[in-house]
Amino acid sequence: MTATAEPTVEFGKARPRKEDARLITGRSRYTDAITPSGTLHIAVVRSPLAHATITGVDKSEAEQAPGVVGVYTAADLGLEGVGLPCAWPVTPDMKAPQRPVLATGTVHFAGEGVAVIVARSPAEARDAADLVEIDYEPLDPVLDMEAALADGATLVHPDLGTNENATWVFDSGEAGTGTSVSDAISAAEADPDQVVVRRRFRQQRLIPAFMEPRSAVCDPTGEQITLYAATQVPHILRTMTTVTLGVPESKLRVIAPDVGGGFGGKIGVLPEEMLVVALAQKLGKPVKWSETRSESLLAAHHGRDQIQDITITAKKDGTVTGLDVKLLADMGAYLGLVGPGVPILGAFMFNAIYKFPAYRFTCTNVFTTKTLTDAYRGAGRPEATFAVERIMDELAVELGRDPMELREQNWIKHEEFPFTTVCGLTYDSGNYEQATQQAMELFDYAGLRREQEERRRNNDPVQLGIGISTFTEMCGLAPSRVLGSLSYGAGGWEAASIRMLATGKVEVITGASAHGQGHETAFSQIVADQLGVPFEDVEVLHGDTQISPKGLDTYGSRSLVVGGIAIVKAADKVIAKAKKIAAHLLEASEDDIEFAGGNFTVRGTDKGRSIQEIAFAAFMAHDYPEDMEPSLDSDAVYDPENFSFPHGTHLAAIEIDTETGHVDLRKYVCVDDIGNVVNPLIVEGQVHGGLAQGIAQALFEEANYDDQGTLVNGTFVDYTLPSAADLPSFDTRTVSTPATSNPLGVKGVGEAGTIASTPAIVNGVLDALRHLGVRDVEMPCTSQRVWRALQDAQGRSTQETPVDTHSPGAGLGSIDPNNPQGEVQ
Amino acid sequence: MAQVRVTVDGVVYADDVEPRTLLVHYLRERLGKTGTLVGCDTSNCGACTVHLNGQSVKSCSVLAVQVDGAEVTTIEGIARDGKLHPVQEAFNECHALQCGYCTPGMIMQSIDLLGDNPDPNEQEVREGIEGNLCRCTGYQNIVRAVQSAAEKMKPGAQADVQSPVSVAGGGD
Repeated sequence: MTATAEPTVEFGKARPRKEDARLITGRSRYTDAITPSGTLHIAVVRSPLAHATITGVDKSEAEQAPGVVGVYTAADLGLEGVGLPCAWPVTPDMKAPQRPVLATGTVHFAGEGVAVIVARSPAEARDAADLVEIDYEPLDPVLDMEAALADGATLVHPDLGTNENATWVFDSGEAGTGTSVSDAISAAEADPDQVVVRRRFRQQRLIPAFMEPRSAVCDPTGEQITLYAATQVPHILRTMTTVTLGVPESKLRVIAPDVGGGFGGKIGVLPEEMLVVALAQKLGKPVKWSETRSESLLAAHHGRDQIQDITITAKKDGTVTGLDVKLLADMGAYLGLVGPGVPILGAFMFNAIYKFPAYRFTCTNVFTTKTLTDAYRGAGRPEATFAVERIMDELAVELGRDPMELREQNWIKHEEFPFTTVCGLTYDSGNYEQATQQAMELFDYAGLRREQEERRRNNDPVQLGIGISTFTEMCGLAPSRVLGSLSYGAGGWEAASIRMLATGKVEVITGASAHGQGHETAFSQIVADQLGVPFEDVEVLHGDTQISPKGLDTYGSRSLVVGGIAIVKAADKVIAKAKKIAAHLLEASEDDIEFAGGNFTVRGTDKGRSIQEIAFAAFMAHDYPEDMEPSLDSDAVYDPENFSFPHGTHLAAIEIDTETGHVDLRKYVCVDDIGNVVNPLIVEGQVHGGLAQGIAQALFEEANYDDQGTLVNGTFVDYTLPSAADLPSFDTRTVSTPATSNPLGVKGVGEAGTIASTPAIVNGVLDALRHLGVRDVEMPCTSQRVWRALQDAQGRSTQETPVDTHSPGAGLGSIDPNNPQGEVQ
Repeated sequence: MAQVRVTVDGVVYADDVEPRTLLVHYLRERLGKTGTLVGCDTSNCGACTVHLNGQSVKSCSVLAVQVDGAEVTTIEGIARDGKLHPVQEAFNECHALQCGYCTPGMIMQSIDLLGDNPDPNEQEVREGIEGNLCRCTGYQNIVRAVQSAAEKMKPGAQADVQSPVSVAGGGD
């Protein structure tokens, strides 16, 4: 036997990432770095008004500006009839307006494109954009969801006859997966030994705010049109560009080069992407668009934005008996690629880890004249988790119970898995007791409760709150049949290929499309173990529809749980083929060949061949079995049989200065069960980043519109992402009950931190304030809101302090909320 | 057009630029230094941070004409003879980046921070990189990387590592 690679055990190793080498040296290739010779640049002329009739477009001055190649409206480009796709008709009678590439006739949100400039340089394009004169006849903006649904409301799209997009209902009584919630509520209302708790929660509007602004370059030179795009979904974008513009799919290559974050915000088919394709075809030159940050905040899709009316019923001993969820979800002016389905994804998660016998979910999607909403990290599940974890705390208060004890009384016990929930999902594995016990120990739950008592007793100006969130989520989107039953416009499988090169190197091709997740490293680790080759010898290729022709991309914590399993399946096929060749070369029966650590050996002998030798033999093809082709290369498409269900216990210690309202996150502990861990370093990073985004929803971020429908957080001065100085270090741990639904036992981690942390923080804020009479604080729980809630609770006037509605987290807002017109005083 | 003569990553350039050209656009579009990135329009995100005569600046808030006669160092100029700067190494080892978009600016700012304060505590690191936004990492591993690099860069810790101040000077 010749020298072979040492057997590797990569699974579970904290490997620093291989993709870092290019990113830490500036050898990156984000879309904006791609400028083929002769590239023309576009700038979009955007509506400053939320709702208006376009009465005239005067392009003449712009057309004469230096470097300008052309100025176009939708009509000039023949694109008036083109509508951008929505792939998720949630109900058969869903109302769907055409989402134009450029507005024609009426603009429906501030920031919507009306015309496009093509020029020699980005600066010349922007200069000329200022010279386009557009006349508008203003219409009333539609801003409030409840008002939008009232009789006589101004209609965003009059031709639809309503501002209601769709109403989607799940009722466990009707579905046969549980009993009737109406009955549960009536019973509870009639029974002195039961309680009914009703609360309204607000999920504010958020902006994904990936660090790389969106960008697209279309190069029409050559036989195939190449579209480079800062996208999470190159495969979906390719298919959808064909559907939208009619470019044959076989003539279109989409490349997602390095992509600087997405968080759901880069799932989409953008008007600007369609414009660069149409203009490149028209002009025969590469055409490029790179947005400014302000354009991104204004026009890239937003997330969340729900009003949640939650009713929970329980016996006085704490046993929950029913959960009724009524949502209003703001779609904005149009439907995004999966926008109407985002709140529906939450439908299966409001019941969370608890054994509700009766459950109903009713969601009405509403059109307003705001930027459209679509996926943002967690997509439907953070909203659900927030509501259920908040209402469990409210129930605990109502019953005078410790909130953790009440949760434990109602959650699925570890010995009850697999457990079919009131929604009909089967949770395959989990151990809520284990994660919770570890988290409480790390956190010193008992000690902090004692300190809290002491501070309350002493009327300490700084009060302590303890926030709990025991969450679960559904990951690994998704079993295709389930998506079919939800009328989703695609499957949920993922594709992989493995190519064994003549020199022993391995190319792994995945349909998942990384934008920061570390696929190149994690997938290399998996393949190194599966094939017994060195980690360094594995090259992961992705994000280019010509290299990776088949895939459904990256979102919904699916890359490892679906894409990773596809790779395992492809590796299995490589090994099966290699085994045949090994048996042939070693003159042994295939049944006597064993494979371990990259070596095929004949059982009971020292005869063997390494997988690299077999790969070379297959390449040479001088001597191989007659009943096979001379190749080890293999493809696989994996369609998951179930979702996976990571869970965890998150605990936050919140200090609130009751004199100023300042909220300080003193300590954050979480223990997540994400199944088996491929790379603990990457997992830790995903959890940290997820926590930061979830905490930011609780404390810092909100997209606000003024009464004219103008977004007032159009810069990073006003849309306040947390900086390093705003966050503490987190104590994050993992435990594992492996998933039983896939061969790696993995569950997914991309969204966990975001989903879990928001309610932990808000529960902590309220826990610090409730004894002072505060019942609720809307997110983000800024100093101002907390201070105001405290003043209100104590009957003090706050009228002399005007409400800063524009910029809740920012002290440096570019608009003075009390003097929005900037008048000299 | 205005003339600018500037040393960037050790190479001397003389160019005519539009007076309004920002340094970041000059670096990216004229010199091909696309490792320096643009993340916002308001000098909030810090993705474009470079060193100007040894001090970190956001290159979106400097005009190209202002760097006439100066030395600029970008993320592409801090590795020496194929050897990464200790801060680059630490970012890799500590998993201080995910999508990588804030990383060039974050590394340049961290080097500047360590030049001013070679042994920062956690809070000092957090405040020192406050002007650089990251959406992926939650900052924890960035803080860890900066502190880890500080250890490596202590006098005598690693014989072949130059002091951060001289590295930050660039082009020498």
